[in-house]
Amino acid sequence: MLKVKALLWGGVFMMSQFSVAMADERYRPIDNPVVEKECGSCHMAFQPQMMPKRSWEKIMDGLDDHFGEDASLSADVSQEIRDYLVANAADAGWWSGKFMRGIKEGDAPMRITEMPYWVREHRKEVPARAWDDPKVKTKANCQACHRDAKRGYYDDD
Amino acid sequence: MRKMIFTLLGVGALLGTSYAAQANSVLILEGYQAQAQMDDPAFREFSAERGQEFFSQNHTGGKPQTPSCTTCHTADPSGAGQTRAGKTIAPLAISKTPDRYSDFEKVEKWFRRNCTSVLGRTCSAREKGDFITFMKTR
Repeated sequence: MLKVKALLWGGVFMMSQFSVAMADERYRPIDNPVVEKECGSCHMAFQPQMMPKRSWEKIMDGLDDHFGEDASLSADVSQEIRDYLVANAADAGWWSGKFMRGIKEGDAPMRITEMPYWVREHRKEVPARAWDDPKVKTKANCQACHRDAKRGYYDDD
Repeated sequence: MRKMIFTLLGVGALLGTSYAAQANSVLILEGYQAQAQMDDPAFREFSAERGQEFFSQNHTGGKPQTPSCTTCHTADPSGAGQTRAGKTIAPLAISKTPDRYSDFEKVEKWFRRNCTSVLGRTCSAREKGDFITFMKTR
């Protein structure tokens, strides 16, 4: 009986955490130094929670031509990064992360900025002229507006 | 007194690091030298002038977005560059980034990637050696 009660309270606690997590835009900072270094050389290392496993697989399959850039890696480094991205992808947990909202089954966008959730979150709040600011340069430059993006903090909007 | 010792230790550590970085870059250059001689027995030594020309010129055969090293690194090696995604690139000049050419795997990784992007092929040992020799003068 005690066990059942503990389980129930555990469930209540988890649900409360869940709703808190839903309310803000925080993502676990990348805690793998290889991923941080290799994915963060040319752009900020994006948190894997922002795309599904299938998107990351596609990214890792095409590093030779990574958005027009040769981003190829040695086989062992590449495998370590792939494992990390897949293990922490938007659809890797017990329940899907919010970045899975609105995405069609089988769709595998290559850019976080093409994820329906990202589009929805930026459509109303960010005027077109903000994207044209030369300091922003590209939509991939999260830190231009989200100063603590690297630490997974995107609430400053 | 204690402060002074710590300061001295700090300076010593810094000097040591930059010395080690330089020693490594010498080793890397020697490796390229040996390779360049194997590629062409007539090869004698690297040239900063050739390196400068290679760095500044527009190449063909690579990706249209990146015709030259200067596309991302700018024409001035002692200044910072910028990636296409907007991230700052540390200066290529050794005077500004002393450990720039001290990690062989890192050096090879970036030559491999960037030569593919800019020239559509790998770079020869001579080209790499000329490049680093040029950066040592900056």
